[in-house]
Amino acid sequence: MSFVIIPREKATPLLNFMILISSLCAGLLAVGIVFLLKGVNPFFAISEIFRASFGSFFGFKETLTKAVPLILIGSGLALVYRAKFWNIGAESQLLVGAIFGTWIGLNWGPSLPGFIILPLMFAGGFIGGGLWGLLPAIFKIKFGINEVISTLMLNYIAAEFVKFLVVGPWKGKTKYGYPYTDDLPAQAVLQHMGNSRVSLALIILAVCVALFLAFLVFRTRFGYEIRVIGENPEAARYAGINFFRTTLIMMFIGGGVAGLAGVGELSSIHLHLSYPETISAGYGFTAIIVAWLGRLHPGFTIFSGLFFAGIIVGGDAIQMSMGMPATTVNVFNGLILIFLIMGDFFINHKVRYQRRVS
Amino acid sequence: MLEILTSILVRTVVAGTPLLLGTMGEVVTERAGILNLGIEGMMSFGAVTGFIVTFTTGNPWLGMIAAIIAGALISLIHAFVTVSLRANQVVSGLALTMLGIGLSGLWGKPYIGRPLSIKMNAIAIPYLSDIPVLGQVLFYQDAYFYLSVGLGVLVWFMIKHTKVGITIRSVGENPKAAETMGINVSMVKYLCVMIGGAFAGMAGAHLSTAYSKSWIEGMTSGRGWIVIALTIFALWEPSKAFIGAYVFGGIFVIQYVLQPLGISPNLLAMLPYLTTLGVLLFYGLSSKGQRKMSAPATLGEPYIRGSR
Repeated sequence: MSFVIIPREKATPLLNFMILISSLCAGLLAVGIVFLLKGVNPFFAISEIFRASFGSFFGFKETLTKAVPLILIGSGLALVYRAKFWNIGAESQLLVGAIFGTWIGLNWGPSLPGFIILPLMFAGGFIGGGLWGLLPAIFKIKFGINEVISTLMLNYIAAEFVKFLVVGPWKGKTKYGYPYTDDLPAQAVLQHMGNSRVSLALIILAVCVALFLAFLVFRTRFGYEIRVIGENPEAARYAGINFFRTTLIMMFIGGGVAGLAGVGELSSIHLHLSYPETISAGYGFTAIIVAWLGRLHPGFTIFSGLFFAGIIVGGDAIQMSMGMPATTVNVFNGLILIFLIMGDFFINHKVRYQRRVS
Repeated sequence: MLEILTSILVRTVVAGTPLLLGTMGEVVTERAGILNLGIEGMMSFGAVTGFIVTFTTGNPWLGMIAAIIAGALISLIHAFVTVSLRANQVVSGLALTMLGIGLSGLWGKPYIGRPLSIKMNAIAIPYLSDIPVLGQVLFYQDAYFYLSVGLGVLVWFMIKHTKVGITIRSVGENPKAAETMGINVSMVKYLCVMIGGAFAGMAGAHLSTAYSKSWIEGMTSGRGWIVIALTIFALWEPSKAFIGAYVFGGIFVIQYVLQPLGISPNLLAMLPYLTTLGVLLFYGLSSKGQRKMSAPATLGEPYIRGSR
């Protein structure tokens, strides 16, 4: 008796979904074991996480707030990962977007009405994040530099640059000892719904971006080129696809939407530029799992983004109520991601139980 | 002047030690065709394990051994997922980083702000340590330095001059041919990933029990990623890893040397990352350099036994 592994041609959507759910459950089980080893009741901790994020109105509002950057970045990552371009630099593309947004908001904000300044800030953030995203694309195609390394190095460089700005030249005159820029003028701040931090405009933006990118990937020639580059670079070369041009445009969009997330955080939550850890809270990394859980479908990242926003909110909650450190959420993310890619094996292969013929 | 020079060199070597350890491990792993981006996580996991064991036993040597084992064990996840389940190596490495950082934060929390009473002390080599400048730099360091150099030479010799090295290289370059030669490709890959993990764990313990004597979250501060860049910088050659590790160790130290000149510490902190990019760009400028930058042939690709 033995197991035989046969490659699977194409998994049905149902099987795909079942494997996804099983992977998630297995991931949660593994998280539970880690909690158990730490002496924490895993059922209590995990139910606490979901109760805090989806079980109350207050929690759900926070979940929505945190879902916005995850959906924006995650859908952009899904786009570029389709071409197997491993952009790990969304974190800094977000930051550069926030830098551009801050500059526009502080310099032009006071003299322009809100319906002009806000779109300008978002456009600036898109361009900023996009330009920062272009760098690794150029480095890869023209200089042969692995994009994982370059995007990571750019993360550190942008983070230090933001710190430099907020303690140095951009330090707010009204902020005394704090490492903040001045606050944005009132017209450059997004409206919130009722008594919450939820901005309806941002939610609409995130959903529209995700749907638009899904359209781009699956319904346009450009999206087709991206997918061919990822699935079969040889064929892409034969088909005469311009790698450089496609990669540049793709990364400009991918970085740009991360930049949008940066301006969103800025103009809805923080209202000033401050330390990079404050501005981003690791969204650029969590979004990697969001993209993966969404099976690299930009539209599905709406759901996976919401799910992981819930994990962040719930993680914050148990961090406060159970005295767990902030990095607990990394255990969550890491384990779930590992089980997700383990699940890929069963999507791509059939495992048959076979009696050995002797 | 001589004293300043000595102190800079001493600190350069100390800062280069974890980079050297990590890079040697990653060179072995990548030579067998597996890209492990999880160094940062394994290093962090090694740092916290080394710290906790040293803290509870009062013996930094036990801490080192524990960190080595911890690094090797956590790397098994990557080996299983990428070798046995043929999963995407980039994503698996990232997941390992998240997991390693998360676990070390979780387990290390009670130890934050509690320094060790004992750390890995410097050992003076008799007579040699009396040589001016060089004696302090090379012969009055902690055990991690001597071990990293010794292990580095060992890795170089193994990869370059032994049958084991040929086996590892053939698994990375042409696994099908290796298989027909009767080599167990999967086992070699597993072992090489674990060697990489062991080295990364040891590098982490150096940070928490020799370089400093406390545990704080994020103390690896991107060294794991620099190690991955250094592996490319070294062109997968153990001998060049020595140069890379100490050059980058020097860049870490230069930040503190230049700070009194009034340059923003934040801009100086960019130096290691800017240098990494700069070096890779320099290689990439010429097509000859780009060719040299080519990794082991099957790096990152899953190997499917019996496939054609």
